[in-house]
Amino acid sequence: MAPPVLEIDNLTMRFGGLTAIDRLSFNVERGAIHGLIGPNGAGKTTTFNVVSGFYKPTGGEVRLRGETISGLRMYEVARRGVVRTFQHSTLFAELSVLENALIGTHMSFPPNIFAAMAGVDKANRRAARARAEEALDFFGLSGLAEELAGDLPHGHQRALGMAVALAARPDVVLLDEPFTGMNPEETGRMMELMVKLRNTGVTILLVEHDMHAIMGLCDRITCMSFGRLLAEGSPQEIRHHPDVIEAYLGGARHVA
Amino acid sequence: MHSRVTNLAAFLGFGAILLALPHTLSFSQQEILVFLTINVLVVASYRLLTLTGEWSLGHVVIMGVGAYASALLSKRLGIYVPASMLLGAVTAAMVALALSFPLFRMKGFYFLIGSFAAGEIIRLLWKRFREPFGGPKGIKKIDPMPDFDIGIYAFDFFEPISYYYFALAVVGVSLWVMWRIERSPVGLTFHAVHWQDKLAEASGVNVRAYRTLAFVLASGFAGLSGALLAHYIGTINPNSFDVEQMVFVLTWTIVGGTATFYGPILGCVVLTILNEIVLREAGFEQMRPLIYGLILILSVLFMPKGLESLVRGALSWRNAGKKKVGETEATE
Ligand SMILES: Nc1ncnc2c1ncn2[C@@H]1O[C@H](COP(=O)(O)OP(=O)(O)OP(=O)(O)O)[C@@H](O)[C@H]1O
Ligand SMILES: [Mg+2]
Repeated sequence: MAPPVLEIDNLTMRFGGLTAIDRLSFNVERGAIHGLIGPNGAGKTTTFNVVSGFYKPTGGEVRLRGETISGLRMYEVARRGVVRTFQHSTLFAELSVLENALIGTHMSFPPNIFAAMAGVDKANRRAARARAEEALDFFGLSGLAEELAGDLPHGHQRALGMAVALAARPDVVLLDEPFTGMNPEETGRMMELMVKLRNTGVTILLVEHDMHAIMGLCDRITCMSFGRLLAEGSPQEIRHHPDVIEAYLGGARHVA
Repeated sequence: MHSRVTNLAAFLGFGAILLALPHTLSFSQQEILVFLTINVLVVASYRLLTLTGEWSLGHVVIMGVGAYASALLSKRLGIYVPASMLLGAVTAAMVALALSFPLFRMKGFYFLIGSFAAGEIIRLLWKRFREPFGGPKGIKKIDPMPDFDIGIYAFDFFEPISYYYFALAVVGVSLWVMWRIERSPVGLTFHAVHWQDKLAEASGVNVRAYRTLAFVLASGFAGLSGALLAHYIGTINPNSFDVEQMVFVLTWTIVGGTATFYGPILGCVVLTILNEIVLREAGFEQMRPLIYGLILILSVLFMPKGLESLVRGALSWRNAGKKKVGETEATE
């Protein structure tokens, strides 16, 4: 079996007295859609923040293809192929939809100031634009390319956030509640896109409260509660796991 | 194709006006025109710095670094003046690069204060060290631009009009370079860093490096404007680059607006004309800082997006008018 692409090893993150992640360990297999679930405040977003390099962990480490990446800066993690989206729509609201996607192509087509001044970066700009348009097209946003990102309805903003991430052609993408603000029909379409994406070889780590989406999409699910690992297994196993049911009932959320 | 021709015509027409302009002015007005041309470069470079979202209070001091460097290099080492100006720009950029290490540990308000402190330290060094900076009295008898002849025009730098043409060419090229940078993917990345540095960094942008790049580039152009100034007025001292000058730059920039390339330039031109025609004629010259402060406050209160918003309003109003002729569709 191929080694896991991402290893979360004994990870701990403390904020002052609060332990947001407590010795958490799990592996993400290459090419999987891996769900990370848990009640509100369980530490899912914090886990993303540590994996993506936004925080340095208090303890433990994160490995990508065996290489330690915890402690690297966020752009350094991104350059190794791990790109994330944010829980609260985080976009360049003042820029156009296309410009947002263009920033996503930054790593593949790094701007060069001298080439830009001399006007010899035309091919690079064209390729970046083609890549950005492709990403928008994938999420059905082509028609909105010239709109300001901040003017989009919420569901489209979530989709654009993913388009920006995927314009970078990451190996691993971390999606933090990508389906919030989408109606069931939009969610259904997004789920199809996620499968399509996985089939192109991208590994997806997914945080989502929509249990229907999680159960329908994931190959494997890790459930955490109060920063700790609660259970891990296939959707079937998680759905019927007594601790998971307990945690969610205690947290007043339903497992569908 | 057609718009290209109109653009070219507009550009040539505008250039002709700029070339003819000094001939309609008095000697003292010509001198003001030279300062205005230099100040246009100062505000345009200041806007380049603000593209990544950081506002510095040290920009005028960095301009002074270029002025001091160019003055000293030409005076002490006998370096040919136009070359010393370029070296002055490079020196300002290098000083900015060195300052970026402590300064870019800070953001927003702290960066503002830090940049002010850094500027004051540099000014203190100028005052403290008579050798080579000349102490509080500064540097006098700075070498003028050497006269030269380009065939169609003989530059005689005792005439402000000649220096105006020279400055116009330098500033024109500088603006063109800055414009190209802003319209390039580098410029887009500057905007991204400004509006949402978290997402930019998650997209692989080295945010700190881009902040530094904008700061260093802007400082280079500020240094160039300082060098232009030094070799025109012939004498500089630490007070030529004090906080009062910085307030003028801030006022021009804010009154003009920073959303567009031309905003701060517009602010600089309009306020300079206002200053020279209205205030000087009316004998209010002494009250310039006071009146500038007032204008700054009024414009922040009543025109928060700057003069450029008026221009954009007028343009979109015109375009909307055009549209209505074609399709009877209500805009908004
Ligand atoms: N920067 C921070 N400083 C202090 N506490 C934090 C910080 N970030 C997160 N926390 C705390 O860590 C805990 C876990 O938060 P986190 O956002 O990771 O939860 P989550 O699982 O993503 O929840 P949700 O489902 O509501 O998004 C919470 O108690 C939160 O208040
Ligand atoms: Mg969260």
